Amino acid sequence: MRLERREHRPLALVVLSPILAVAAALVLAGLLIAAAGAPVLEAYGRILTGAFGTRLAATETLTRATPLMLTGLAAAIAFRARLWNIGAEGQFYLGAIMVAALGSSALSGLPGPVLVPLLFAAGAIAGMALMLVPLWLRLRFSVDEVVTSLLLNFVAVLFVSMMIDGPLKDPLAFGWPQSMPVADHALLPKLIERSRLHIGLAVAIAAALVIYLLQARTVFGLQSRAAGLNPEGAVFAGVPLGRTLVKVACLSGGLAGLAGAIEVMGVKGYVTTDLSPGYGYSGIIVAMLANLNPLGVIAAALFTATMFVGADGMSRAMGIPTYIADVTVALSLLTMLVAIFFTQYRIRR
Amino acid sequence: MSAILDIVASAGLWAAVLRIATPLIFGTLGALLSERSGVLNLGIEGIMTFGAMVGWLAVFNGADLWTGMLVAAASGALFGLVHAGMTVSLGLSQHVTGLGITLFASSLSYYIFRLTVPLASTPPTVTPFQPIAVPGLSDLPFVGPALFTQTLPTYLSIAIALLLAYVVYRTPLGLALRMSGENPHAAEAQGVDPIRVRYGAIMAGSALMAMGGAFLTLSAFNSFFPTMVQGRGWICIALVVFASWRPGRALFGALLFAFFDAFQLRLQTVLGDVPYQIFLMMPYILSIAALAVMARRARVPQALMQPYRRGER
Repeated sequence: MRLERREHRPLALVVLSPILAVAAALVLAGLLIAAAGAPVLEAYGRILTGAFGTRLAATETLTRATPLMLTGLAAAIAFRARLWNIGAEGQFYLGAIMVAALGSSALSGLPGPVLVPLLFAAGAIAGMALMLVPLWLRLRFSVDEVVTSLLLNFVAVLFVSMMIDGPLKDPLAFGWPQSMPVADHALLPKLIERSRLHIGLAVAIAAALVIYLLQARTVFGLQSRAAGLNPEGAVFAGVPLGRTLVKVACLSGGLAGLAGAIEVMGVKGYVTTDLSPGYGYSGIIVAMLANLNPLGVIAAALFTATMFVGADGMSRAMGIPTYIADVTVALSLLTMLVAIFFTQYRIRR
Repeated sequence: MSAILDIVASAGLWAAVLRIATPLIFGTLGALLSERSGVLNLGIEGIMTFGAMVGWLAVFNGADLWTGMLVAAASGALFGLVHAGMTVSLGLSQHVTGLGITLFASSLSYYIFRLTVPLASTPPTVTPFQPIAVPGLSDLPFVGPALFTQTLPTYLSIAIALLLAYVVYRTPLGLALRMSGENPHAAEAQGVDPIRVRYGAIMAGSALMAMGGAFLTLSAFNSFFPTMVQGRGWICIALVVFASWRPGRALFGALLFAFFDAFQLRLQTVLGDVPYQIFLMMPYILSIAALAVMARRARVPQALMQPYRRGER
């Protein structure tokens, strides 16, 4: 038995691969549910109804998908250029704390239509700044950016913890470490009344479209893909590798920072150190499930959010720990890697 | 200044250095073994978490402490097998596979823990490894309490570091390991099967990582809680680079790192007005600094992160 590279990748297989991967992950996670002594199909049924069964549940799922789309895009655009940004979690938090700092400051005297885009930009810049550190270390000292961007996540969360326990602490929070709330007119308008769903969803979808066009239709898109496929070849062909990577890092870090900004302005209104249940890390899964395609990120984020929101309801009803959602999406990352492999190779005897 | 001298001159600090270093020694050696064969294993953070959970769970359910360590090691080897299957046999991205293993292993740990141990206001505990006073040596003034009253896994970790240094540089097995990581094609030509070597190195390395995790719940602490590994795995990956992929230096690096960590913990009590988060950031910033200093100087295994397929260049 041996593996043979396919001459071309069959389109049907490429399209089917995420579906097969998710199905395989659900089967494997089903074994864990069965091991816990619960009926598997009923559990999955309850996850679906928990995520979409009521109007409220559906809006909650879309709310949860919003930051996942942005962190998923952050990972997708970076990975496409083989820039391993695993620091989206830290960039998310820096974006969030930046918004909390400016949105509760004298700047909040500005009218909403000026303030909201300003805060978006500030959050994105904070995320960018954090991503430029590992990139600089890579370009200047040849340090693998995976480990540095990972380590910076811990630094960023501790920095946020220091801020909300210090200069940005809300004096009205009964001693809880949380930041001062952003001004009311900095909060994002709701998409649907009496729900938490806010216009951040539209921003995230628009971002996916813009990134898609950027990658498919511009010189920068071509250069960033070339940088990922074959860095030496790209340099030989005249691609300014360093400059391309800086742009990719800014986009990637910026999107993750924007995700943090939008989460503060759309959902919470203030920052705590549990603002993100691992959105940065889940973004990696979302990007891989989407096969790094910006439009696919939208669907992959919806799947991931469905698992997380649905598992909450299922867990309450059936006594299966909510961690089953984390297990399932992590498994789907692994199965997706294998599925992508079999779009490129086949087994020959 | 005298306060700082007092810290360095206390036996407690040096005892803490060895205690803090132990999981890092296990983890760094595990990562080093795997990378020496040519495969980066970013599953380390999750494998350590799983080792911490499963080792503790075994002891909590009545196994003795060493059985707990063994169960952890076996679970680590299993995750290593998955990583090897995906990165060696299929040649998938070592970065993404490793991260996937980390996300999977840590969430699986939390799932199993929550399922088998009911929620309680105080986490359930086990009786951990007790410090062993080395006869004779532990009675020495200062050096005795500082170095010779550790738990057995700590001594074991140091012994494994010395053993690995010997195996890597002085045995045919070590030569096969280094060849697989430097030039698998040449290794194959010499009758070494790089694929088998890589499978073995990844699985043995992952077992060491899991034992490092189990040290946390069976010796350093006595209970398991989510996120307890706190980036130690990533720090180990940085320490491998700092050690320039040499086991002896890995031991030294882990001890040096643990010294700074133990030192800053004690410095916190002296410098009470500095926010404690600054101190907690130090290990991570220190790791990044160590990487920046060493990355260019370190001698990277030449075939690190290059998948090997027979008959393909």
